[in-house]
Amino acid sequence: MADITLHVNGSERKVEVPPETPLLWVIRDTLQLTGTKFGCGAGLCGACTVHVEGGAVRSCSTPVSQVAGKNITTIEGLSSNGLHPLQQAWIAEEVPQCGYCQTGQIMAAAALLAKTPQPSDEQITQFMSGNLCRCGTYERIRKAIHRAAGGGP
Amino acid sequence: MSPLSRRDFLTAGVAAGAGLVIGFYLPHGTSPGEEFSPNAYLKITPDGKITIVVARSEMGQGVRTSLPMILAEELEVAWKQIFIEQAGASTLFGDQTTGGSASVKSTWDPMRKAGASAREMLISAAALEWGVPRSACKAQGGSVWRNGTNTSLGYGALASRAATLPIPSDPPLKQAKDYKIVGQRIARLDTPSKVSGTAQFGIDFRLRGMKYAVLARCPVIGGKVASFDDKDSMKISGVSYVGKIGDAAVAVVADSVWGAMEGRRVLNVTWDEGPNKDLNSAAIFESLRNAAAGKAASLYSVGDVAKVSGRRVEAAYQLPFMAHAPMEPGNSTAHFQGTECELWSPTQVPQDVRDSVATALNLDPDQVKVNVTLLGGGFGRRLEHDYGVEAALVSKAINGPVQVLWTREDDMRNSTYRPASYHKLNALLDGSGWPVAFSHRIVMPSINAQKGFVPAGEVDSEVKDESSFTYSFPNVLIEYVQTETPVPLGWMRSVNALQVGFAQESFIDELAVAGGKDPLALRLHLLAKDETIGPWSTARMRAVLQLAAEKAGWGKPLGAGRYRGIACFACFSTYAAQIVEISMENDRPQVHRVVSAVDCGQVVNPTILEQQIQGGVIFALSNALQAQITIEKGRIVQGNFDDYAPLRMNQAPVVEPHYVESTESPTGIGEPPVPPVAPALCTAIYAATKKRIRALPVIT
Repeated sequence: MADITLHVNGSERKVEVPPETPLLWVIRDTLQLTGTKFGCGAGLCGACTVHVEGGAVRSCSTPVSQVAGKNITTIEGLSSNGLHPLQQAWIAEEVPQCGYCQTGQIMAAAALLAKTPQPSDEQITQFMSGNLCRCGTYERIRKAIHRAAGGGP
Repeated sequence: MSPLSRRDFLTAGVAAGAGLVIGFYLPHGTSPGEEFSPNAYLKITPDGKITIVVARSEMGQGVRTSLPMILAEELEVAWKQIFIEQAGASTLFGDQTTGGSASVKSTWDPMRKAGASAREMLISAAALEWGVPRSACKAQGGSVWRNGTNTSLGYGALASRAATLPIPSDPPLKQAKDYKIVGQRIARLDTPSKVSGTAQFGIDFRLRGMKYAVLARCPVIGGKVASFDDKDSMKISGVSYVGKIGDAAVAVVADSVWGAMEGRRVLNVTWDEGPNKDLNSAAIFESLRNAAAGKAASLYSVGDVAKVSGRRVEAAYQLPFMAHAPMEPGNSTAHFQGTECELWSPTQVPQDVRDSVATALNLDPDQVKVNVTLLGGGFGRRLEHDYGVEAALVSKAINGPVQVLWTREDDMRNSTYRPASYHKLNALLDGSGWPVAFSHRIVMPSINAQKGFVPAGEVDSEVKDESSFTYSFPNVLIEYVQTETPVPLGWMRSVNALQVGFAQESFIDELAVAGGKDPLALRLHLLAKDETIGPWSTARMRAVLQLAAEKAGWGKPLGAGRYRGIACFACFSTYAAQIVEISMENDRPQVHRVVSAVDCGQVVNPTILEQQIQGGVIFALSNALQAQITIEKGRIVQGNFDDYAPLRMNQAPVVEPHYVESTESPTGIGEPPVPPVAPALCTAIYAATKKRIRALPVIT
């Protein structure tokens, strides 16, 4: 057990967990922020994607001790009202089907746009291919990212 | 997924309390004249709130939007007035199974009648209120209007009075031309919560004091626990219980998921590997090939294929086991409290979970309450009851609330798999190259027989239903050799239609090549005459093929290095055709474009329909290209998304969905887009390489 201080969605949170606990379970079970999802536990599907210092990180494969003191953003903290341009674009393009992977997809896309505000199709494909969607929403995800980037339609 | 009709619908009504409640009742438990217990597809309260109850599970296919649209249409309300409520397991809605692409199809009439009955009663209530004939009143936009005036009464104001009126047994239904909601691109109600992260899936459900559990299950199919030692597990922080659940699993319970996983990691179990410890995929396929010579049941026959002469074409096809792998791993939350148990479960079969939990806990079904959460994908995997039963048993063992969670490896290795299959086909061509006889022998274990739903000596009728044959041939013989396997089987999106469709449609392409025909022209030739073949219309299949061909530009030249293939198949009462366009990159197909056309009758929501087609194509491509389940030493080899790899964005084509405009009763769309994809892909590969793919997956 260790006392670890996390900065999650702008708030300081102290947790007492084994230091090797994956960040995912601290977020979901300890902090009760369930928008971040468990899909594979091995960094293969991206459902657990959060931001650490603005970059996309697979929280299922990140020990919580590694992110102590760092700024962590989950889907709940992406925007104050749930209407980040990507979330609006996701609604406009009717992206989700089951929706389970979509919070991870949005967090990945937000990390992409933060570094590449006007991504090409190739850049989107390269960045987003780490995130699985079993419902097959990839085409709509691509359109939604372009829309949020101001590229239409 | 067979649309099981275990529970027949009966329409009745109810006058209840302060509001109007319209429902559908079982023949038992209630009879006209008695006081009806309240039950609802629809609730209108005096404050004007209109709630439509969804008695199917939302697993991405949009039922929480499309089903209420059907009722709202007849009710004459503005869509924005509607609230929805998810039904749990109930005795009030008939069979609540979500499967068989049947949600819209099976609720189309009940939901329309529920809305229409309410509308008629509300009109009657207003007529009484105003002392005018019903014909002087009209329902529109959630109010009843007095004709020729600006006077209206909202449905809320009329609810109490309407509740005292008799329920019309046969209310008039609207004509398709008058639809204002059905057929519209209405935004899905579940989207905002799914992008904000507030949507609650099964895995997100929490109860005060709830523990988490993972189970160690025997890695060998059919194996059992011999003994276990929990000493190391109990040393893990937060682990509070380790115990056997059933014969084949040991549960580790902790106050966090991670604690439970760590406890399981160090758990020492000795397994009794049982009779299947030497089972492997090669032996399974060998036994399927051997069984092909055995006794077959005729599923469909025309003429006599044995009496025809001509040029013979033969081929054999093979498909592997496949796993659903929905993104949300299996889970259920249960709270056992002595004489009752409540569950919160992402399930496609709340009633079956209720019944199985009752059996497992030795309770009556009415002592078990099953609430349905959102499902993070289903694809048929959540037609099984295992997650719910496990949660209930663990809750009983620890005498407290618990969430049982499966890891991805648990899901991959303890699934119920799409049956592996083997297919022998042959055909005879006449002197002009047209096929005149067609035989297909399907060799495959039966899902329903394995589950005990098929009487001994009979064949699985679901295999027959899904072995669709829509072509007009003078001589046809479709046969089924029903085999057995110890590998657990389950219904996976499009079920047997995928295996049958791959073999049948790939072989049709072989016949086109052998006879020197264009594959579209051959199919149109076989569909040229308007007729009904079994439940299928050649005209509707032909129209779907022609629509796909027109949209894809079939016959027009493609860009350099591009090739295409075509296939069509009908299943779950819906017709589908796909044209797949590929290039070959380093000897591997890259799929660029899939043009899809369907005829599923009246489209309730075109956006949801298009989502389902796009998703069905990607799902089908995953399995056709690269995702298979194999077995070695009685164990499932694949464990996670590295060795069972669904399509990613870099492999995903553009999918162009099209549909035939129709006012026929709606049929399903979740599964029908799936079967034509693999044969269309493989015929495109043949066009590119002259290499015929007769065994899936394409990439091994």
